[in-house]
Amino acid sequence: MNLHEYQARDILRRHGVPVPPGEVATTPAEARAIAERFGGKVVVKAQVHAGGRGKAGGVKLASTAAEAEAHAKAILGMKIKGLTVQKVLIAPAAEIATESYVGIIVDRASQRPVIMVSPAGGIDIEEVAAKTPEKIHRLAVDPRYGLLPHQALTLGFALYRDVKQARAAADLMQKLYEVVYAVGASLAEINPLVTTPDGSAQALDAKIVIDDNELERRPEIAALRDVSAEAPEEVAAREAGLTFIKLDGDVGCCVNGAGLAMATMDLVQYYGGAPANFLDIGGSSNPQKVVAALRIMTADPRVKVILFNIFGGITRGDDVANGIVQATREFSLKLPLVIRLTGTNEREAIEILSKAGFPALTDMDEAVKRAVALSKGKAA
Amino acid sequence: MSVFIDKSTRLLVQGITGRDGSFHAKQMIEYGTKVVAGVTPGKGGQRFENAVPVFNTVAEAVHATQANTSVIYVPAVVAASAIFEAADSGIGLIICITEGIPVLDMTRALPFVHERGARLIGPNCPGLISPGKSKVGIIPGNICQPGKIGVVSRSGTLTYEIIHQLSTHGMGQSTCVGIGGDPLIGTNFIHCLSAFEADPETRAIVMIGEIGGTDEQQAAEFVKEKVKKPVVGFIAGQTAPPGRRMGHAGAIISGSSGTAAEKMAALEKAGISVMKRPADVVPLLKERL
Repeated sequence: MNLHEYQARDILRRHGVPVPPGEVATTPAEARAIAERFGGKVVVKAQVHAGGRGKAGGVKLASTAAEAEAHAKAILGMKIKGLTVQKVLIAPAAEIATESYVGIIVDRASQRPVIMVSPAGGIDIEEVAAKTPEKIHRLAVDPRYGLLPHQALTLGFALYRDVKQARAAADLMQKLYEVVYAVGASLAEINPLVTTPDGSAQALDAKIVIDDNELERRPEIAALRDVSAEAPEEVAAREAGLTFIKLDGDVGCCVNGAGLAMATMDLVQYYGGAPANFLDIGGSSNPQKVVAALRIMTADPRVKVILFNIFGGITRGDDVANGIVQATREFSLKLPLVIRLTGTNEREAIEILSKAGFPALTDMDEAVKRAVALSKGKAA
Repeated sequence: MSVFIDKSTRLLVQGITGRDGSFHAKQMIEYGTKVVAGVTPGKGGQRFENAVPVFNTVAEAVHATQANTSVIYVPAVVAASAIFEAADSGIGLIICITEGIPVLDMTRALPFVHERGARLIGPNCPGLISPGKSKVGIIPGNICQPGKIGVVSRSGTLTYEIIHQLSTHGMGQSTCVGIGGDPLIGTNFIHCLSAFEADPETRAIVMIGEIGGTDEQQAAEFVKEKVKKPVVGFIAGQTAPPGRRMGHAGAIISGSSGTAAEKMAALEKAGISVMKRPADVVPLLKERL
């Protein structure tokens, strides 16, 4: 789960990381009032779950409260990578002496949290990493001992020569590391970490991504979810216990298991079609999940055909078959269905489907070919 | 022979009285796996299906039954703790089926397992099966056949699809291992490739990877240097979108790597025959055998 910048800033502040002030506005008038309180010179920042906000025009400097209002008016409602901006963060414009980067991520290769720092922070940090990797310093932290003081200080000196600044940065890194385990983050990033002319270090922008698997045991973090900032069909899918990602094609895919779902989408493309989505109905089979999956897929007017690819293991074929039949009773399905079903309770499933007038295939290639043909308006 | 499990496997089921645990314990017993004990705290002294003794702790179960392998079906919030307990009780092979374990829990469980000299397979995996010998996990036994092909995969149902392709064309399997789809797992491709290379019963290897991480690229390097048996590979996710990624740390740590195209190229460069679709597995294996 992605947190907004303002939420990440709150968490950091609560854990003792120095964060400059800032307030959230949902209307231009609110933005103006906040800007007035901060003395007019502010930065207006889109709060949206997408990277590259600055480059998309979602971050603007204002020198007066009236200008802040105008910026907020332009940014609120703006679309960034398909997501509508609903909130802006108003923060006093800071005088910046240096910009550094500090990030912590759980690294697959070392199987540890890795802290990465760079004196070349800012919006082009990925380019820095690609072109001048020597400017990125990284350390895999042993989770049994945490980020030790001397390790943090060494990284601090990689950012600043001045010992006071290095210590301030080291302290901030240790706190950021604590935040990761305290909130169940899979990513915590401060970019930029700035020093101001008076020498203090501050987290000017922060990103925190929470591991979805942590949410069950952290209701206070789960409550931070901003449903209005997410794509509506993805929200509906999550509420139904499905994993759904929208794509641009016209073959709706409903599959059990992420690997098979991806392989099915790939096969649609292999046979010249275009998948409309990734949809994993998961392991446990429940007819209601299938009903929800059909509703979500058919809501997209571009979808021309729906392809089921079910390999029963834990998922029982008869449950999926019942879900399909139930869905067609609950709402009228105007799209052709292609069903491939094999594995656990295959025979029962095919019987249920054929009684309801749906033929089922057992071969994946056959089913995908047929679905692609239907998506192109050809008879199967 | 086979890899990791065989007729000498004495299995303990953690969470044997739960919904998933009880269902799959029965399936494993029917398949012929020696299920010697179950553990559910508070249910010690009962018998599962009037046969398998249930204990309160893994240590008691190991002491009483000499269990050497454990399979975990407990809920995600307590699954890491079940892994700690199994490793602490002298279990040498731990298979964790549970899906949804917080990744930070695994950062602590993995070094613990390693220090105690145990092997963990998973989490979030379908387990493994040596057809005709033993099955630990949830891979449907009826789609497998005994034979000479070793299968290692990050996926669940996609593995079944590949096994199904193999079996329907008369290509049996020595062992099929699902290593799990989580970012942090106990046993990776290289561990399995090296076990299959050493296994005299395995003649060829199928590896099934997917987008994300660099495990497949590292496995390809390993195949180039150390594996003499033919390897056929598949990478799922060629059409997966890049996504609205937040933050930069992921890109900094892995660069551009992780795409299907890059992984397929790495596999090919290492002399692995790369499938374009699951149905290619049989013809490609035939070419290489």
